[in-house]
Amino acid sequence: MHMNRMKDRSISLTDLASNFLEIEPDLTAKEAMDEANRCLYCYDAPCITACPTSINIPSFIKKIASGNVKGSAKVIMDANPVGASCARVCPTEELCEGACVLNDASQPIMIGNLQRHATNWAIHNNAQLFKAGAKNGKSVAIIGGGPAGLSAARELARLGFDVTIFEAKEKAGGLDTHGIVSFRLPQRVSMWEVEQVESLGVTIRPNTMVGRDIDPEEIMAQYDAVVLAVGMASVPPIGIKGEAAKGVYDAIELVESTKTPPMDTHLIGKKVVIIGAGNTAIDAATCSVRLGAADVKMLYRRTEAEMTAYEFEYEFAKQEGVEFRWLTSPVSVLADEDGAVKGVECIRMELGAADESGRRRPVPIEGSEFVMEADAVVRAIGQTRYVSLIESFGLTHRWGTVKVDLTTFQTSNPKVYAAGDVIFGDGQGDAMVVTAAEQGKQTAYSIYEQLVGSGMAQTS
Amino acid sequence: MADLSVNFAGIKAPNPFWLASAPPTNSGYQVQRAFEAGWGGAVWKTLGDPIINTSSRFAATHFNGQRVAGFNNIELITDRPLDVNLKEIYETKKRFPNHAVIASLMVEPKQDKWHEIVKKAEAAGVDGLELNFGCPHGMAERGMGAASGQVPELVEKQTMWAKEAANTPVIVKLTPNITDITATAWAAVQGGADAISMINTINSLAGVDLDSWNTVPNVAGKGAHGGYCGPAVKPIALNMVAECARNPEINVPISGIGGISNWRDAAEFILMGAGSVQVCTAAMHHGFSIVEDMIDGLNNYLDEKQLASVEELIGRTVPRYSDWGNLDLNYKIVAKIDTNTCINCNKCHIACEDTAHQCIDMLTSPDGNKYLQVREEDCVGCNLCSIVCPVDGAIDMIEIPNGPPMTWNERQAAIRQPIA
Repeated sequence: MHMNRMKDRSISLTDLASNFLEIEPDLTAKEAMDEANRCLYCYDAPCITACPTSINIPSFIKKIASGNVKGSAKVIMDANPVGASCARVCPTEELCEGACVLNDASQPIMIGNLQRHATNWAIHNNAQLFKAGAKNGKSVAIIGGGPAGLSAARELARLGFDVTIFEAKEKAGGLDTHGIVSFRLPQRVSMWEVEQVESLGVTIRPNTMVGRDIDPEEIMAQYDAVVLAVGMASVPPIGIKGEAAKGVYDAIELVESTKTPPMDTHLIGKKVVIIGAGNTAIDAATCSVRLGAADVKMLYRRTEAEMTAYEFEYEFAKQEGVEFRWLTSPVSVLADEDGAVKGVECIRMELGAADESGRRRPVPIEGSEFVMEADAVVRAIGQTRYVSLIESFGLTHRWGTVKVDLTTFQTSNPKVYAAGDVIFGDGQGDAMVVTAAEQGKQTAYSIYEQLVGSGMAQTS
Repeated sequence: MADLSVNFAGIKAPNPFWLASAPPTNSGYQVQRAFEAGWGGAVWKTLGDPIINTSSRFAATHFNGQRVAGFNNIELITDRPLDVNLKEIYETKKRFPNHAVIASLMVEPKQDKWHEIVKKAEAAGVDGLELNFGCPHGMAERGMGAASGQVPELVEKQTMWAKEAANTPVIVKLTPNITDITATAWAAVQGGADAISMINTINSLAGVDLDSWNTVPNVAGKGAHGGYCGPAVKPIALNMVAECARNPEINVPISGIGGISNWRDAAEFILMGAGSVQVCTAAMHHGFSIVEDMIDGLNNYLDEKQLASVEELIGRTVPRYSDWGNLDLNYKIVAKIDTNTCINCNKCHIACEDTAHQCIDMLTSPDGNKYLQVREEDCVGCNLCSIVCPVDGAIDMIEIPNGPPMTWNERQAAIRQPIA
């Protein structure tokens, strides 16, 4: 995200959907050409190393400069099947752009925006970039059509597998389709990536939840391998009194509700309190602003220094007018006689000794309780896990984080692989879309190696 | 996927992208790395009697923040023993039998010298020979390179000597340091050349150091002219290729050289008649991997143009290149400014006002917005405004119907015609 490139941020209260249009404009043709020509085309470039999917960044930028935009899009999408989404959602400051050698010399190359420029071309021209491989006679079931599942599916199809994705929702794409704020990632971008995968002959079975609509045993019996890529589940209850009041939202559901019209008009002019300070909490806060809320506060029991949101997300939220209340913890949700939220009782905290994670533990200050007025409360304190589904496959896990061999992505059942957020946590992996994409890819290569033959998987 | 393979005067290569005879093709290690990266051929750095090079050899012209707009060198031919080069050529060819390996040769203008080196190079297994009649510095002072390449008779005679001994195709590489390149090209054809290549480097001095007053580059405080190449020389090279391509008496394949940096440049040379292209500066600037986008980009371009092979692209623009006297004097274009796209830098206005035909007005609309407008009746269609315009699509040159075509030559003929 480049704050200086953002469009006018005035919020419309009459056309909420307009508040969710992409906030950073596409590069113009001239901007893209100027920027592409600024790239040094480094050898053994640090941006490639910093990209979890190892996109050959200098190559795709050079292709933009030479006018070979199709070739550019192909380089990107070859390495990252959700490369159009990642162009918009990757924390590029922490990854490729953060590694750009020009950081110290002048300004880093806008790699994310150039990636967006090239993939936009492919989207607008509906370019078919890849082909399915010759059938190898093996079949793979993928549970979950998010970044990890789609990425595995795309590579497996290119390697000749028969691939079926079981998708619980109506539309595949997972977080990219449903969970990332539209003003960062419009749904059509993710849907194009889904279509690219489908065009390789991958079957997507929508509205099909494993465990409800189809038995795990059936899948295990019918397919040669299974990839579990279900991600994470809803936000857990905070565990405080009054949480069942009307007007308490799950952050993920709140964001999801803004992905497709009509927009919820309930927050217009309201006071919203967000509990939590991670990236999802920020998304919930900025979505609340864009849904017309008059006042959005984020409560966090630790301080700015401990918050897990990315620096640029925090900066963005502040510029959106979101207020932060550090060292503040909710005690209970207060409701009026109709059962609707009217406030949050809070208590002030102070930081005590460091806990086992090395972060200083927040301790309540006795007698510091106070009431914060609120019309709505949003829970954003992490996500629960699909534990029962994981257990129905008999997989070893720890608190819902499926254990895998990180070189083969095999679970405790060698026929079942897992990738994406379902294996994130407990010291394992990373929660970025781009990480999920890479894990999906590597899972596909691992399955190829196990089921078809050794050696480098060759895709066409 | 189009077929990029070429058969250039009998020299076969998987694609038309060859490395020119220059520092990148100095050794087997380099040429083999290049082939691994995807280059279709390589013209080995010129073989001959080993020379001694100076330390400090290269310099470049940077232009407005872009590095290496042009490149200047005072390096000579190979400084490695002939037998070492020949051994490495043999090994390279053995490892890459389908890639084109061409030996660049330069010896004194003596028949036996040419016979000897041609036989030795061919014994090492090369696919073809390129006679270096172009190197503008050092070797020229010894009567070789450009010194012989500037004399049509010497070009013809030496080509003939090489051909007497050669079994593989002979390409004659021409110097641009001459008034009319078709004269030496024709001489090469008379001498029996199977193909010609151009351009070699242009006499140049890269710069002067304003602090030390030394030339750039300098060798112990003294400078000498070098050879200029890189993106800046492309238009010069393109014209020379085109002039030879459209000359019916120079009916041999042309290998295009000069500032080719990407697939677009290559495609332009091919359209202008080149059957293969040779690259040096761009590889020296970015490494061998640039060939990947040359191949990919040309492939996508040919697909887009629905051409099945690169051979179908060769020379397609040649019939459209002619003499000034054959241009239609009645053809008229005028500039049109799209005020929605225009960013109001006023560069077109001042360029036109000060240096062209004073036909772009700076106006203010009733609501106070400034805008630029072309007075079409005064516009001569020179293109200058669209050239200086920094924004794509802000200025278009629009064709205006202006009567039947009439060229200068037709006009002169008409004037000479007696009135009936």
